[in-house]
Amino acid sequence: MINITNLHKSYKMGANSLHVLKGINFDVAEGELVSIMGSSGSGKSTLLNILGMLDEADEGSYMLDGVPIKGLSEKQAAKYRNKFLGFIFQSFNLISYKSALDNVALPLYYQGLARGERMDRAMSYLEKVGLAKWSGHLPNELSGGQKQRVAIARALASDPKVLLADEPTGALDTKTSYEVMDLIQKINDEGRTILVVTHENDIAQMTKRIVNLKDGLIIEDSPVSQVRALDHV
Amino acid sequence: MFDLDRWDEIFETIRKNKLRTFLTGLSVASGIFILVILLGIGEGMRNGIAREFEQDASNLMLVYPGMTSKEYKGLNPGRRIQFKNEDYDQILRLYGDKLDKSASLYQQWGQVLTYGKESGSYQVYGSFPSYQVLENNTLTTGRFINISDLDNSEKNMVIGQRIKLDLFKDEDPIGKYVQVSGVNFKIVGVYTDPGGEREESRAIIPITTAQKAFGGGNDIARMYLTLKPEDNFDKSVAASTQFTAELDQFLKERHTVAPDDNSAIYVNNSLENAKRFFTLMDMIKLFFWGVGVCTIIAGVVGVSNIMLIIVKERTREIGVRKALGAQPLSIIGMVLHESIFVTAIAGFLGLIFSLALLEFVGPMIETQYIYNPTVNFTVAINTVFILVIAGALAGFFPAWRAARIKPIVALRDE
Ligand SMILES: Nc1ncnc2c1ncn2[C@@H]1O[C@H](COP(=O)(O)OP(=O)(O)OP(=O)(O)O)[C@@H](O)[C@H]1O
Ligand SMILES: [Mg+2]
Repeated sequence: MINITNLHKSYKMGANSLHVLKGINFDVAEGELVSIMGSSGSGKSTLLNILGMLDEADEGSYMLDGVPIKGLSEKQAAKYRNKFLGFIFQSFNLISYKSALDNVALPLYYQGLARGERMDRAMSYLEKVGLAKWSGHLPNELSGGQKQRVAIARALASDPKVLLADEPTGALDTKTSYEVMDLIQKINDEGRTILVVTHENDIAQMTKRIVNLKDGLIIEDSPVSQVRALDHV
Repeated sequence: MFDLDRWDEIFETIRKNKLRTFLTGLSVASGIFILVILLGIGEGMRNGIAREFEQDASNLMLVYPGMTSKEYKGLNPGRRIQFKNEDYDQILRLYGDKLDKSASLYQQWGQVLTYGKESGSYQVYGSFPSYQVLENNTLTTGRFINISDLDNSEKNMVIGQRIKLDLFKDEDPIGKYVQVSGVNFKIVGVYTDPGGEREESRAIIPITTAQKAFGGGNDIARMYLTLKPEDNFDKSVAASTQFTAELDQFLKERHTVAPDDNSAIYVNNSLENAKRFFTLMDMIKLFFWGVGVCTIIAGVVGVSNIMLIIVKERTREIGVRKALGAQPLSIIGMVLHESIFVTAIAGFLGLIFSLALLEFVGPMIETQYIYNPTVNFTVAINTVFILVIAGALAGFFPAWRAARIKPIVALRDE
């Protein structure tokens, strides 16, 4: 699903530049649930942003589902993001003045779906994350866990090939984190490829594979025996 | 434009940001309001001046002689020019087909009019029946002098309201006789004049009678001429300017006056004066446009600023939208659409409000200088155009900013 070879990225800051990714080689097959770990500043978010086409690598190649991702125009990138990727953020990034349902429907709007179908689809994803009853509520009327579940429903709405989650449990307490991880595991069980950036070991243990980053290089990449989140809720 | 979802999005953002939208709209609405009111007042001033000129026969030309100031063909300067009946007859013969109304006038200053025990000193004019229209006199009783009075040199007289009050008090003057230097004149009518008391202190008698009674020979003091009306004001001005020049040349030749001597013969063209006023008016109107457009520009800059702040506030939201697949064009469309929509609605409200004000309050304004202030349809359409363009301009920079927002920057956790 994802093939990365020799990926480099540096940030220019005035005269000097900061080499963040120093040659990443990394493959993800369809249906995997991968966690990316590493200390702060090791380049996890940078890697995820490149995978999410929010940023571009300086060097190396990136193939997503057999499509080379290189030199895309903004328009193309937007189209690919909408079609291939779903994003889950640490701070949820819901649109504050839109209801839960409208938030979930937004990627479908950019897909050009008719309103009726959009709302139906969005509603079914809200049901899937257990928030059908909250569809008319604004984000600030929801708890952190609920917000993240709305965000997950939104990420799923466009039926993407890959879900990219940057510290999805970073702003949540342990219990809520496990609930969210339970949801992510269930989505993965259905065969969707998911990448999760996290600091926390217990969260990483709930994935199927841990990739460890240090100073811009992968220092460890090993499968784990998955801990089911449901057992700890 | 016809994307229903886009409208949905816009109504939603507007609903969620009422105060912001209201403030944005207010600056545009007041801009349009001021522009339209100014234009209305400009039109009102024009109408007011037009009405002033309509009161006198506004294409009236007054021809009167003066004194030469230049030596010409052996004649010394300082020679007084005297118009004769023949001048007037010749003008009628040459230019009769262009003329609408005309009259010549024989004038006697300070003649004593006596009726019974009452007497007073007034001007006595010998003239033609058309004098009445040319001087804008209205009869209160009786009739004006007529052609048969002239043909028979009748001793008939029309007096102004002032003379009637002085000599006759409450008495009906019609058919009574007034004595002027030993000659009895029969009063046939009384007139009033919008020019007031001074113009009502005149007695009008047939010119033929006047020239005989006062030993005037065939002298005349001045001539009144009006041209046949043209389709529009500008044509009238052009025609009368040309005629004035022709007449001036004709009379100068006839009285052996140097062509460049401007103190011997005067042709006073009231349309020229009117035109000067209208030109001034057009300048004022232009100035009003300028002021109005500046107000709108100020409004647009205000909208643009507010939209910029909005875009800044919504940076994160725009980043999210882009991450979810919004294309730059759709972001530009969103901001532009909202800005055009808000300016257009606000502008329309300002337009409607100002038009209503002109419609209902306008007719109540009845000063000498402002009359019936209105804004015509073309102008209203123009302002609508200005609005849409203004909205687009106001939205352009913010939209461009928004389109350039990078999702990674917008989404970075602080
Ligand atoms: N836009 C940018 N410009 C300059 N430097 C950047 C930029 N984005 C990231 N960096 C730097 O690159 C390095 C890697 O950042 P990154 O966000 O990938 O780290 P991370 O592994 O996600 O850390 P954390 O666990 O704190 O989120 C950091 O030193 C950061 O300061
Ligand atoms: Mg990070």
